Formats: sequence, C-alpha cells, structure tokens
Amino acid sequence: MDSDKYLKIFIEEAAENMQGMNQALLELEKNPEEETNINNIFRIAHTLKGMSATMNFTKMAKLTHLMEDVLQEVRNKQIKLHSELIDILFDGFDALENYLKSIVDYGNEGNEEYNSIINSLKTIKKDEIQKKEQAEQTLNIQQQCEVHINELNEYEKNVINKAFEIGMKSYYIIINLDKGCVLKSARAYVIFQVLEKYCDIIKSEPSVEDIEDEKFDLSFSVVVVAKYPKETIEKKLFSVSEVESIIIKEFNKESTSCKPEPVNLGQTKSGTDKLHIENSGNEENKEVFITKARSVKTVRVDIEKLDILLNLVGELIIQKTRLEDVSDEKNQTYQESIQYLERIISNLHEAVMKVRMVPVEMVFNRFPRMIRDLSKELGKEIVLTMSGENTELDRTIIDEIGEPIVHLLRNSIDHGIEMPQERIAKGKSEQGHVFLKAYQEGNNVTIEVADDGHGINVERVKEKAVEKGISTINEVLSMTKNDIIDLLFKPGMSTASTVSDISGRGVGLDVVRTKIESLGGVIEIESEPDIGSRFIIRLPLTLAMIQALLVYIGEERYAIPLSNINQILKIKTEDIKFVQKREVILMNDTIVPLIRLEKVLGTPMEVEDKNRITTIIVNKSGKFYALTVDRLIGQQEIVIKNPGKYLSDLKTISGGTILGDGKIAFILDINYFAS
Amino acid sequence: MKDTNKGELDKNLGENLDKAKTQKVLSFMFGNQEYGINISYITTIIENEYPITRVPGAPDYINGVINLRGDIVPIMELRRKLKLPSIDDTQETKIIVVNFKDITIGIKVEQVNQVIEIHRNSIEIVSGISYEDCSEYFSGLCKVNDRVIILIDIEKVIKK
Repeated sequence: MDSDKYLKIFIEEAAENMQGMNQALLELEKNPEEETNINNIFRIAHTLKGMSATMNFTKMAKLTHLMEDVLQEVRNKQIKLHSELIDILFDGFDALENYLKSIVDYGNEGNEEYNSIINSLKTIKKDEIQKKEQAEQTLNIQQQCEVHINELNEYEKNVINKAFEIGMKSYYIIINLDKGCVLKSARAYVIFQVLEKYCDIIKSEPSVEDIEDEKFDLSFSVVVVAKYPKETIEKKLFSVSEVESIIIKEFNKESTSCKPEPVNLGQTKSGTDKLHIENSGNEENKEVFITKARSVKTVRVDIEKLDILLNLVGELIIQKTRLEDVSDEKNQTYQESIQYLERIISNLHEAVMKVRMVPVEMVFNRFPRMIRDLSKELGKEIVLTMSGENTELDRTIIDEIGEPIVHLLRNSIDHGIEMPQERIAKGKSEQGHVFLKAYQEGNNVTIEVADDGHGINVERVKEKAVEKGISTINEVLSMTKNDIIDLLFKPGMSTASTVSDISGRGVGLDVVRTKIESLGGVIEIESEPDIGSRFIIRLPLTLAMIQALLVYIGEERYAIPLSNINQILKIKTEDIKFVQKREVILMNDTIVPLIRLEKVLGTPMEVEDKNRITTIIVNKSGKFYALTVDRLIGQQEIVIKNPGKYLSDLKTISGGTILGDGKIAFILDINYFAS
Repeated sequence: MKDTNKGELDKNLGENLDKAKTQKVLSFMFGNQEYGINISYITTIIENEYPITRVPGAPDYINGVINLRGDIVPIMELRRKLKLPSIDDTQETKIIVVNFKDITIGIKVEQVNQVIEIHRNSIEIVSGISYEDCSEYFSGLCKVNDRVIILIDIEKVIKK
C-alpha cells in the first residue's frame, strides 16, 4: 500500500483525535458521572484503533483496543470509574502520544510495548470479565424470571397479588441439582416436600408431571407464596442433599412483573448484590452518541496552499499600489474602478487571513493536563483558569507559541506558587491559582500568564545577577525595579536555588524572550511581592504582513517594523554626545546609543553635513536605540517576503518586501542593531 | 539530462545508452572563453532589465536582488566569483536563473550562445584552469569540434 500518502493524513487526524481525548479525559476526571465524556473517549479510542490498524501500527491498535474494551465496560456500567482507572487511561493516552510522536519522527511506532499499561488495562478488564460473567448469569436469571412471570396466567397472578395483600411474599426459585444426582425425580420430590412445608407452590417449570417423569435437565423452577423470608427457604432447601445451587428471587409488590432487584446467587454468592443492570442503558448511550457527533463541515488544506494564496493576495496589493501611482486624476471612471478594486482586495486579504487563523485553544488544550501532572508531582494544589481560548492567531504563530507558554506556566507553578502550608501561613487560599488569558487588542493578540504566588524576589534577582557575573554590584544598585526584573531575561539567570525537573536549568526566560521576539512579539513582566507575577506576551496577528515605516537611507529604501518603533526624534548635530567614544543622545534623561544606519548597512552616500538628523527610536527588549535615517517615506502595510535561502545568513535584515513600484526594500532586523 | 546510469542502463538499447552518456549544457561567454551550465539546473533565462536592490552585508559577487514575478531572487556576478575582471553590462547581458535544492539565484552572463549536447567521453576532468584557484567551481573541460567549453559546477557555485 502506498502508505506514505496516507501517513500524513493519519498523523493529522490522529493528532486531532488525541487532543480530543486529552480534553475528554480531563473533563472526565472533573466530572466522572458525565456519560458524554466516556462516550467521547470511547469513540476516539475506537477511531484511533481503526486508523492505526489500517496503517498497520499494531501496537497502537492493541493499546487502543484495550482502552476501548475497558471503556465499553464503563459505558455499560460494568466497571465503576475510579481515579485509579482514570490514571491508567491517562498513562495509556501518554503511551499513544509517544507512539504518535515516534510515527511523526521515524515513521514507525518504535519498540516500546508499554506492557505495564497493557497489564493494568487487562487486570481491570479481567476483574470486569468475572463480574461480567456473574452479571450475565444474573441477567439470564432475570430474563428467565421475566419470561416466567409473563407466562403466569391471570389466576396465578391473582394468587400472588392476594398473597401480597395479606403480607405474604412470593418467590421465584430456581433449583439446580448436583451433576452426580442419580435419581433426579426422587430428589425433586424431596424438594417439593420441603417447599410445601413452608410455602404454597403456585407453578412449577417444567410441570410437576414432567418432573415426576424425570423430563427435565438438572434444574427446575417454581413460583411460590410464603410467609417466610427467602433466607429461611434457602436454608431449608440447602439442607436437602445433592442440591448444587438455589437462586431465589423475590417478586415485587406493585405488580406481578419482575422488577430487577438484588439477586442472590445461592452457593456461588460473591457480592454481586451491588450490581445493577439496566438493559436499556446501552440504547440510551447510543442516542447520546449520535447527537454528540460533530456536524461542522470542514476542508483540510495544506498550509502551503494557503501560503500561496496569501502570496497571490500580496501580489495583488502590490499591483494595486502601482495602479494607484499611475492613476490619472481627471479620469473619474478609472478612479472609481481603482477604489472598488481596493475594497475587493482588502476584503479578499481579510478573508485569506481569516482562513489561516486558528484559535489559541489548539495550544491551550494541552495545558490543563500539564498543570494536573505538575501539581501532583510538586504537591501543590493548582487551579488553572483559562479564558479567551477562541482568540485567533495565524497558524504559523500558533505552531511556535506553545513552547514559550509551557515555559512560563512551569515557571509560575514551580517558582511562583508557594507550597500549601506556606500559602495558608500567608493567609492565602490553599490552592494556587494560575491564569492563562488571551485576547485581541487592535492588530495584536495578548497572552497573559499570571499566578497568585509570591512574586519575583527582586533581591534574589540582584544577588543572582551579580553572582553570575551578568551585572556588577554598582550597576545593580542603580537599577529600577523593572530593570532588575528585566535581568531575568538574560541568559544564565535562574532564581530557583534547586534545579528541578520542571524548570530552573537556567535556560528559561531568555529562550522565551528570543522565541517571542522572533515571532515579532514582545514580552513584559509585572510582579508584586506576595500578590503574584504576570507575564504579558504581545504578538502580531500574522507574520505574513506587518505595519512598517518606510525610510530612505541614502538612495535606498528600507522598512522598519512599526512594532519596534517608539518614536521619531529630530535632533541637532550638537545634541550628539560621546560615551566611551560612542555616539549617544539623551532622550528624557536616558542615554540612547546612536546608530548610523548608513555605516552599518554600508550604503553609498554623498558626504553631506546636515545640521538636523532624523532618528528613529526603536525599542528592543526594553532598551532604546536611535537609528539615523535620511528621509521618512511613510507608514505602510507591507507583505513580508522571504529573501530566499541563499541570503538567509544576512544579519541586518529580517526579510524583504516588494514596494508599489515593483522594487524590493529590505526590512531591518532591529535585533541585530541592538546587539 | 543528468548522468544517472549505473551500469543498469548499459543492458538496454543503444539509444538509451547514448542518451545517458550525454548531457545538455547551455553555453555562454565570458570574454573569449565559452562556459557551460548543465540545463537541468536552469529554470529560466531573463533579460537584464529588472531594477536591482543592493543587499547590505552581502559578498561582493552578489549584485543585489530583483523581484522576479513576486519572488526575491539574488543576482550573482559570476565573473567576480570566478575572479575574472568585471566589465559593463551590454544589450547582450542576460540572467540565467538556476535552482538547486530550494535555492534560486540568478547568474549574470555576457551573452548566451546555445544549448549543446555533449558526450561524457568528451569531458576531461582538469584542475587549475583558472588563473586563481577557482577550479573548484568547474566540473570539467569539454571539447566540441574546435571549441573548448568550461563546465561550471552549479552546486558548488551556490554553496559558496
């Protein structure tokens, strides 16, 4: 089979299903009584089983099959859902995830068998099978019982009802004789004798005549009315030798129909009393099932195709700008036509962008599970509150943003949230709270990770920075609180004194910042002692298009992303000061290094002494830099183009764009100028 | 056509054999010397009329980038890369756009001659053709009638 073609589809669908399962598992843990969750997990396990079996991933199929079996029994109420079982299901889920990861990475499931999980699943199932067998037995009896009740004629039903009225009970009794019993009819006769002493026999099956003629197998049943409790009757019957087991079922008072009631299994008594069986259960489940099935119609599209589409829209925008440039102002129709075209293009652009947008839910989904595991591991009770899961971001950003958020969440839980005792001592609630919030703000999406822990210990950060040689003591002493908190983003900083599994390897926040900035975003920290910390990430809606300021440097045009720009400042030559032989300017009492772009970029320029210099103040990781430019062109939405692999190692530029006249302008990489 | 046969084709028909043993190259001129590029690398040949944007910080043999139907394509001055003296562009100057493993660049040449089919046996592997040590960019010398064509190894030129 040409499985390569299907492998991609398999991976995508499996990943989607896994996410669904994760969610359902978490819901299930919160709310074990909710049947829909079980049904969802069951359905997903079933789907995964089918998928993996088709793709010949036998290990995955085996595991999902077992999970499915166990879940089936849970659905049928044959197994009680307990936390141990949920843990095993989680383990199974993890194993499946590992299989899937291996398939993604290597194209096969790997060698891990996860025997322990398989065994636990099997054990549960075995227990359940035993129970099930017993249950089936009871079920049979019930069915038999019902059958016989239905067979009772009016007279017999009347007798039973009368018996109820005068306070007598009626029973349905099945007597099983020992296999080695030789004279069955004689034995039956003795039993009848015993029964008649204590109760009145209304009916027997087979009939008394048949029993006398030995026309029955090892068992027969009777319907009786008696004033004794069934225990007494049971005891008396057992006193007869060669009786293997007796099943006594009491009739319900209301009617002569047989209502499921605890069934006593006689000699094979084994705590089945607690088992309740509802025959209709299955049917109901199925109905819920159908209504829960998703009805949203979707098309799966390769992201590359969307990139092409977006590219084409970018081309349209460029051409439209060109048309505007050559427009003849007197020609009214032409003008109108251009305006109409512009509207269509911007709608088209918006539509294409929307197609690429994915709710952050896709990333957030896995966090509840992570928090659950972490809080168990660390012995901290943590409540994760998420909001704004529907906020949408460009697919490319979504793919990258998960890791930094994981980092921040782990940070909050490990470093931020205190141990329960400590929290109680501080008068806080025992449970730690972690908040994950996403919302849109203009052209940006903000994601906040906050906790109500002990906040950032500014003194510790100072000590650490000096200890690690990141800052000198003097530097640290003159810093503001925000500057100090900002030190956390420096490589090599980690304030947790012990290195744990969760965080504290000293590679934390600087990696987070680098990642966020590579996505065109910024990150800030707010922190108050004993109130908590808040990490605020601001991201652009999309990576494909940005707002930029176009400038002239010499005769060359460059674009500077608007998100980096703090302000535009016109300075005089005499405003330039020197600090350690470097040019700087003063802006609101802050020393800002002056960077002469034409020198850094090697732009050919006619030397011209200008008195007034236009500088663009850019903000990079909380620091300001002044970039000199010759002229400003204006703000424009630009389509970011990859300058191609051949030029990928250029440091000063982060990309290119095609301007209205069809020429290329490069986008300056502010990170380079700041370093 | 790239030379991909590994003895397997030898058993086939003589026609196939011939095909596999030949390759097509596009020949162009640098001064009086003729050079050749295997046509399997070439995507298109364009006029040298695109506005070019200088790339800050790029090596000197990169003239800049052009907008080729919406893609940014770097233009390489192959003369400079081969350490030949540079000359001004003329009417005849063309850009050969080549592609290898997702990397697309345009190579500026003075004049494009023709596509010729050369036999494997006519290729000599030589070193030290150039004045300076640029022979790493050459895959061999080829004699066609009285002409001597230097074959350029595009993969090495792109790799730098």
